Parts: sequence; structure tokens; C-alpha cells
Amino acid sequence: MFTENPALLGLMTIVIGVGACLGYFFFSNVILDKVIFPAKGPNAGRNINRANMIRPWLFLFPALFGLTLYLAYPVFETLRLSLTDRDLGGAFVGFENYRKMMNEDKFWEAVRNNLLWLVVVPAASTAFGLLAAQLTDRIRWGNFAKSLIFMPMAISFVGASVIFKLIYDTRPADQNQIGVLNAVWLKFDGGIGSIFTLQLVPTLLLIGFVGIVGYVLWTFVRDFTAGGRNRSVWLLPLQLVMAIGGLWLIWLSIGSIVDIWVTELPYGQPQTWLTISFWNNFFLMVVLIWIQTGFAMVILSAALRGIPEETVEAAIVDGANPFQIFFKIKVPQIMGTIVVVWTTITLTVLKIFDIVFAMTNGQWETQVLANYMYDKLFRASDWGIGSASAIVIMLLVTPILVWNVYNARKEMR
Amino acid sequence: MARIAGKKSRLTWAVHISVALLVVAWLFPTVGLFVSSFRTADQISGSGWWAALFPAEQNEVYRTGDPDDDRVAVGDMFEVKGNIFEGEPRNISSWGVSSRDVSAFAPGETADMGDGETLTLADDGAYVWRGTDDQISGRGQRIFVTALVPPKFSLENYRTILFSGTGQDNMAKAFFNTLTVTIPATIIPIVVAAFAAYALAWMEFPGRALLIAAIVGLLVVPLQLALIPLLRLHLAIGIGKGYMGVWLAHTAFGMPLAIYLLRNYMVGLPRDIIENAKVDGATDFQIFTRIIVPLSFPALASFAIFQFLWTWNDLLVAKVFLIDATGSTTVMTNQIVELLGTRGGNWEILATAAFVSIAVPLAVFFAMQRYLVRGLLAGSVK
Amino acid sequence: MTSLSLKDVSKSYGAVEVLRNIDLDIQQGELIVFVGPSGCGKSTLLRMIAGLEKITGGTLEIDGMVVNDVPPAQRGIAMVFQSYALYPHMTVYDNMAFALKLAGQSRDEVDRAVKSAAETLQLDHLLDRLPKALSGGQRQRVAIGRAIVRDPKVFLFDEPLSNLDAALRVATRIEIAQLKESMPESTMVYVTHDQVEAMTLASRIVVLHGGDIEQFGEPLELYERPANTFVAQFIGSPAMNLVDATVVGTGPSTEVKMPDGGHALVPINSVESDLDTSVKLGVRPEDLRLSEDGEYLVAAKVEIVEALGETTVVYCEPRKDHDAFIVKLPGIHRIEKGTELRLTAAPGKLHLFDSNGESFLYR
Ligand SMILES: Nc1ncnc2c1ncn2[C@@H]1O[C@H](COP(=O)(O)OP(=O)(O)OP(=O)(O)O)[C@@H](O)[C@H]1O
Ligand SMILES: [Mg+2]
Repeated sequence: MFTENPALLGLMTIVIGVGACLGYFFFSNVILDKVIFPAKGPNAGRNINRANMIRPWLFLFPALFGLTLYLAYPVFETLRLSLTDRDLGGAFVGFENYRKMMNEDKFWEAVRNNLLWLVVVPAASTAFGLLAAQLTDRIRWGNFAKSLIFMPMAISFVGASVIFKLIYDTRPADQNQIGVLNAVWLKFDGGIGSIFTLQLVPTLLLIGFVGIVGYVLWTFVRDFTAGGRNRSVWLLPLQLVMAIGGLWLIWLSIGSIVDIWVTELPYGQPQTWLTISFWNNFFLMVVLIWIQTGFAMVILSAALRGIPEETVEAAIVDGANPFQIFFKIKVPQIMGTIVVVWTTITLTVLKIFDIVFAMTNGQWETQVLANYMYDKLFRASDWGIGSASAIVIMLLVTPILVWNVYNARKEMR
Repeated sequence: MARIAGKKSRLTWAVHISVALLVVAWLFPTVGLFVSSFRTADQISGSGWWAALFPAEQNEVYRTGDPDDDRVAVGDMFEVKGNIFEGEPRNISSWGVSSRDVSAFAPGETADMGDGETLTLADDGAYVWRGTDDQISGRGQRIFVTALVPPKFSLENYRTILFSGTGQDNMAKAFFNTLTVTIPATIIPIVVAAFAAYALAWMEFPGRALLIAAIVGLLVVPLQLALIPLLRLHLAIGIGKGYMGVWLAHTAFGMPLAIYLLRNYMVGLPRDIIENAKVDGATDFQIFTRIIVPLSFPALASFAIFQFLWTWNDLLVAKVFLIDATGSTTVMTNQIVELLGTRGGNWEILATAAFVSIAVPLAVFFAMQRYLVRGLLAGSVK
Repeated sequence: MTSLSLKDVSKSYGAVEVLRNIDLDIQQGELIVFVGPSGCGKSTLLRMIAGLEKITGGTLEIDGMVVNDVPPAQRGIAMVFQSYALYPHMTVYDNMAFALKLAGQSRDEVDRAVKSAAETLQLDHLLDRLPKALSGGQRQRVAIGRAIVRDPKVFLFDEPLSNLDAALRVATRIEIAQLKESMPESTMVYVTHDQVEAMTLASRIVVLHGGDIEQFGEPLELYERPANTFVAQFIGSPAMNLVDATVVGTGPSTEVKMPDGGHALVPINSVESDLDTSVKLGVRPEDLRLSEDGEYLVAAKVEIVEALGETTVVYCEPRKDHDAFIVKLPGIHRIEKGTELRLTAAPGKLHLFDSNGESFLYR
């Protein structure tokens, strides 16, 4: 039978599906022009005009139908489901599901982790992407390098999870470690080398990081206090958020520097990285950062190339050093693109599911909202709470949605 | 920038080195998986994959020839002669005759096994085992060898995963299932979206601006919201879980991006060309098929790649809309997740399975990168 | 025979009226040029004739048939766009054959039509090329060829030469003139900014301004007998000088006086009631000469002198009764800045406009 063989079945649907699509568009047009409003006889002119008023809707119909049924309707249906209880035959229960959800530790853990992801992943991806874009734009084999950094974009979250699980793999202490992380880790024994690479170098890196963040922050504050210039209302909250984020990052970094020198590291013991709570979140984030950096790099590199060369040359003539050129001339000019990249990655992060599902499935305090939701929907079969958590994700997305629509409408005018 | 006078070349070197480090860091994880997929289970658990690229010291066990067949009388003693490597010579660094001390002797030395029984092993693997009638009998003598083994890779894992494996270890079916999901789910949305995008770009009708705004809004709606209502819908109208459902879902979920990308591109086509076609007597349908579609090829290609990668790599939609209790319609991503659960330590299977699943997108990626980049830029920078 | 007839045609986008009550009768075989300042509605009018814009009022007839609601392809017109609008993915041959194929003509017919058009335009050797492999002038010829193959009743051109450089523009202009000559039957409507194009190509010119037709007539008629100050200043370069004047004598010739003492007897009829009204006296820069006998129209102070060799263009200071006054004198004149020139002109070269800017000739 045809239906037994997936390849044949696939082929058949392609033929039938695509054929039906094309057939729909072709024949609906023919019917409109030949049967309903024929361009002949006394009413030819009026008929043609009428046909042309209907035609756009013929072209749009399948797409609109799909969008309405598969994206618009579910938003409202999910909202409805989140207010009902399946076990009570779908009775309306108000905010009961939300209340139950809020009482669960797992939910708050997911919210906390999602926020952590939300801060770290877009920031790190954009930063790495910007770095890669800036560096590769200046060398001859840059395009080749870019293509390799961009490559993880093609790899599924699941594939990437396998790749990184191999990196985080742990073997008993008496065997050869086959995970790179543990193999490297076991090279450290607490001697001078370890102190140098695990304490001194990270400290210096962190100090450098604090320096950069502080510098950027300082320029902001200076711009701000200089004030007086007419700036967009939208920029203000953005700058405020950035300032708070920057301070938080500095605080975090200083804390980490202290930690580095205080904590006793368990030298010589292989670690099961994915079970170290709190830090395991970061090991999961690395996977997404690894994937998204290429995306950020490609877009930012195009933006960097779009910067008029004259502005950079003017800055060189004015005596700016490479860092000043980068932070004061280039970055401000591509700020719009950075925001776009940031929001796009933010959207991905809000929906992140596969990585957590494949690597830890939310154990060891790595739960995130999307996986929490999946858990509720398909394991606990609790549609109420599942829908409620979906609505939480939707709420988190809404500001971006509004902002996008606002921009699109502005552009249309 | 390099042209500018007085630039230090040291900085250029720093850039080259930083980029090289970045590239290595980004490539390293994938290469690990790739290399592992060509190693046997023993090799993988014996050493890290990075060691596989160099010759490695390895402990091996051999047996001499069977005395019953091979022994020859030399005076009142008996001898078995031969070569443990049998035509595949390698360098022995040390050897032994008991598992307690596997590297007791250097090549060329003679081991005294008591009561006059001796064994000599040359560094090319040639041995001489000598002793009494009694001693040279039964099974062949075991020889423990520590040798430098050149890197060795095999396609065995791929053979297992693609052909000979059973149950979860065989990805052939999942591979075809993934294809079955992916191809229609890539082509159908393109057709539907292209018509809609044309209408939104080049046809006049009331409500057009509003529709475009709505599509921009739908662009970010998380598909998580759609899972339950749609699953219920599918179950209610009889599609159930299966290919039909997953095609429809992918088609609809890809629609906002498709329309958005294609419309933005089509709007940029020169108005004169389209009007000229009208004067030439083309109907809207003909303008679409003869002018718009050929001219929009770059945009169509970039969306096709997006949709292909997205459907091929998808796990969630397949799990919800496709894979039923029998599991006969499992896709590769799902099978890999299951393997992670059940065969978490069997890296030869996992690595190979994962690599099979990412090979196709990688090929598409490298072949069509230009369009992918263009699509990304069109989708996010204005 | 009337080929194209517009009756009371108007066009508005929502509340904005961009064309008002246009009446035009165009005979078969004419080459009509629309000129006018940017944004006056030339393209819109042309596109309405083509059927690319809806007509919001009045009727449009082609060959005696009302075509308001007929789609472009069925109006028997062909259009050449400013940007050429070649289909970039089709060869020159396919570009030219596209319309014929859509119309369902046989392969042979298509081939014959394309080949013969290609020959006329010397495109034979380019038929297999894609548009991107052609020069600007060649693209222009393909665009024209594409129109020719359809053998339309009316050709429509929207600034077809404005993307070409100056030299090519002249060459192509002459080609179009020759083309027109070789097809005496066909009607052409041509939009341009360029006066020279308008004057050389047109059998009649339509001057549009702010959505109205200011004058419709043969090129020299527009030059010699402009219907109003707009046309007077729009046609001819540099533009006609206008001076405020007062009528001091009426009759078959009108006598006017200028505020600075200038005086002229214009051989244009006027009536009793014109006496003492303020009017504008028009005189083209090229019709002015230096007064030798003390009789003068205008006395003006020289501001800038451009000596071009064959002519000398003198710009005089503006005054409250006239704008910067331009004089174009044949040959070489050495004139100092600041000198006062006394200028005069042959009476037959003078124009007279009433206070509304309408010419006395057409009253
Ligand atoms: N879609 C539209 N909506 C509103 N107004 C329009 C539209 N299209 C054109 N107009 C207006 O109609 C007027 C005439 O435009 P048109 O293109 O015909 O000018 P034109 O004479 O061809 O100018 P140019 O010489 O610059 O080509 C302009 O004022 C223009 O702003
Ligand atoms: Mg125009």
C-alpha cells in the first residue's frame, strides 16, 4: 500500500498538497473571471472592477484561514482553557489555575531560570556576535570564519544538546574522562598553574569586564547628566534598564571575584556538571549562546558594514583609538540593529524548550517555563495549569509584540 | 582600515589570533561529535575523542597459535612460532604474559614462565614459544601487548544506525519520517504565503495595512499557545495525530514569517515592471506566476531554508501533533531524545545518530548560506 | 479621425483632486506631448489613458469606444516607462514576445513580429541577452520595441529619455522622430520635462499646470501666441520677461506705459474698458535689443553678464514692477556690470496679458 511507505506518502502529499494549492488559486481565479463576473456582455467593465475587488481575498484566503485558525484562535482558546478545569468538565474556575500554579515551587523555579536565561543569553550572544562581527570584518579569511561560527545555526537544539552532553560527560574518577570539560578540569591540581588559570586569569578577565561595563555606564551617565538635548521618550526607559543591568552586572562580577578566591575547589574529582544546581543553568545556556552567536554576528556584521566609512575616518583623524571608535562611533550607529538582534534572541529564549527537555528535562533546578508547560500538558495532563503557564509566556512576549506592531505601522505610513 | 598610515601590525596579529580562537571554540563541539561517530564503543570509552587523532598507546591481548595445530618438535622440546599481528605490524613498547603485569618485558626479551617454558617476542610481533610437551598444549598462550596504535576510524556506527541496527538503534525509519514531515511542510507554506504576500504587496483592498500589522503581531506569538487548542481541534475533526496534522501545523506556524519576508521583498520590486505586465495583458495570476515568482526567487529560497531547518530540527510540534503511542511516526529529533534517555552512555550510537540528523541541515546550510543570510537580514533589519 | 478623446476627465485621490475637467481630442497619427512642472499630473493623465489609474470622472474614448472600465491590455495601447520596466529575468526576445504570447498568438506570428521590430530598432544581435547585459540606450530601444510589436493604436511614453545621458538623449530623440515618421498611422502620447523634446517631437503640445490644461496647440503657436502668463513663461528658455504696465490707449493697437517711463505700442486689439487697467507686457529675452533712438520699453541695471560667444545673456536687477529681467543679445557685447540698458523690441514680438494673466489674443 502507498500509505505504508513514508517516502511515497510524502511524495504523494507534496503532489496533492501543492497541486491542490495551485489548483485552488488557478481555478478560483478562472471561476471569478469566467463564471461569476464574466468580462463580457453589457456589464463587462463593472464586472472586471468587481472581480478585482474580490481577487485579493482569493489570494489571501488560505493564508488568513491558517493564521486565524492556528495562531489567532488558539490565543483566545488557551486563555479560556486557563480559566477552566478539565476535570470538572471544563467548568469556569476563574483564576484558580493561576493560583495553583503560583503555589508551585517548580513554577517559580522556572520563572527564575527563564529570567536568568533572558538576561544572560541575549547579552552573551549579542556580545559575542558583535565581537565576532567586528573582528572578522577586518581580516581576509573573515567570511570563512563567519561561516564556521554561523554553522551551529543549522543544528537542531536536540543535536546541540547531544553535542554538549558529550562535552559535559562524566566518568568515574579512575577512568579516562571523555568529556572535555572534566578532562580539562582534572588537569588542575591546586598548584601554581591552577591558581593562575582558574583564579588569576578569571579575576583579570572579570576586572576587565567590570572596566568595560563601567566605562559604558559612565558614558551613559555623562550623556544623561549632560541632558538638555531632545531625546526620544522611548530611549529613556531603555537607558534606565541598561544602567540597572550594568550595575547589576558589575555587582555580580565583583561578587564572583570574591567567590573565586574564597571557594575551595574540589580538585581531582570529576564533576557531573549538569547536576550542580544554579550553575547547571549556565551550562545549558552555553548551548543556546553557541547557536545564537552566529545569528547575531551575521546581522551585526551587515550593520557594521552599513556604517558610513567617513564617520570612522573622521574619528581616526580626530584621534580616536580603536576602542573609542568601536564604542563611540560604531556601536551607537548600529544601536537599532543591536536592539533588533536582542529582541529576536529574547523571543527564542522565552520559548526555549528542546535544550532543557533533552539535557536535564528540568531536573536539578533547571526548569524553564516552556518545559514546565509541556510537563503540565502532556505528563500531568493538567490543561488548566498548562494553559495558564502558556499565557504567562504570552504575557512575557506581549511587550515585544506591541513594539513590533507599533514600528511596522509607523513604517507603513 | 589597514590602509591607514601608522597602524601597528601587532594589532592585526591579535585580531587574527582572536578570530582563530573563536572559530576553534565554535567548531570544537561539533568536531567532537563528528570524530566520535567514527569510533567504536571501546575507543570512545577508552579515551577522549581529541586523543583519537593521534597514535595512542593501547593494551591488547593476543594468543599464540594453537599448539595442537602449530607446534613442531625441536629436540625434546616443542615450539610454536608465528606473528601475533599477522601482517599488520605495529610497534610494541612493552609486553607481558600475565594480566597482573602486562608490561613486564621489553620487545626482544624472553619471558621465563617457569620450568623452562619461555616466550620470546620481537618488536615486530614475531614470537617463539618453547617448552615441554606438557607445557605446549591446550590453548595458545596469552600475550599482553602495549603497542602504539595509529588512529583508526570505522563506518561501523553508521552501518548500525542506518541499516543493521534494531529498534531504537536504527534511524532509517525516523530519517524518512523526518523527510516526510519536512518536505511538504516546506513547500506548501511557500505557495500559500507567496500568493498572500503578493496580494498584500501589490493589490489594493481595504484593510490591507491592518492585515500587515496583524501578521507582524502573529510573528511573535509563541507556538506553545497553540498546542492544546489545536490538538483538541485535530482530535475533534478526525485528523488526530499524524502527518496531516503536523503538516498543517508547520504550514500555519511558518506562515507569518513567510508572508512577512516575501511581502517585504515583493514590495521592493519595481512598480513599473508590474504595470507594464498589466499593459501587456497579464492577469494577476499571470503576473504572479510569470513575473513575481521568478523575480522573488531569492526571498523564496531564504524562506525555504528557514522553514526547512525549522521543520527538520523541530521537536515540539512533532511530539504534540505527530508522534502517537505506537511511535511508528517518530522523527529523528525525538528518537535522539529517547536515545539520550535509554542509551545515555552509548556515545557511539548517540553521536552517530545525532550526526545523521544534523548532516542534512549542515549540507543545506553550506550550500545555501547566501540565501539564509539574505533572509535573516530581510527578516530583522530594515 | 479622432483616435483618443477625453471628455471632462478628472482624477482625485480621496479628497485631493489632481486633475480637473480635462478635455482633449487627439487625431490619429498625431504625436501629442504633455509638458508641465513636476507634480502637475502628466503621469497621472497618461496612466489614466493606459488604464493603470481609475478614472474618477468623465469619459475616455479610444477609437470611438468608451474604455473607462476596459483593462489596460484590451485598450489597444502600449506604454514605455521611464525606467524601461524590462522583465529582468527574460531575454530581450522574451521581453518583446511576452505580450503576444499572453494574447495567445501562434509561435510563428510572435517570431515574425519580434524579428521585424528588432530589425527596425537594430536589436537583432541582442535578442538572446538579458536586460542587465544591455546599455541604457539599448534597454530604451528594447522598451520601445516591446511597444512596437504589439502594434497598438496608441503609444504612451512616460519620460522615456530622462534616464539617458545628454548625448544619447539627443540621438534617441531623433530615433523616436524617425520611428514616428515610419508609422504615420499610429498615435503617440509623450510625457516629458524637456522643452526641446516637446518642441521638436510634438505635433501638438498640452501644457498642464496644477491639474488643468493651460493651453493645447502646436509648438510654435505656444511659443508665439501663449494663452497666458504661465504658458508664456513655461515655453521658451530663458523664460519670457513680464513687466507691469498700464493701458493708456486702446483700439486695434494697444498703447501701454511702464512705471519707469518706458512706452510701447502693441499691435493687439483692445477695447475701451481696458483703458487704465493694469496689464503685463511680455517680451522674450531673445526679442529684446538695445535701443538706439532713445525710445525704450524698459531701462534696467545690469547685474550679471554671461558671454557665451554666439550670444550674450544679460541679467538685469529685479525691480518692483518686474522680476530679474533677462536679455539675450546675439553676438558679443562688452557690457559692464551696473550700466543701465535701454531695451526695446519689435512691436510684433510683444505679448499682452490682463490682470488675470490671460492673453489679450484669446479674449
Ligand atoms: N497615489 C497617490 N495618492 C495621492 N496623490 C497622488 C498619488 N499619486 C500621485 N499623486 C499626486 O498627484 C499629482 C500628480 O502626480 P504625477 O505623478 O502625475 O505628476 P507628474 O506631472 O508626472 O510629475 P513628474 O514630472 O515629477 O513625474 C502629484 O501632486 C502627486 O503628489
Ligand atoms: Mg511623472
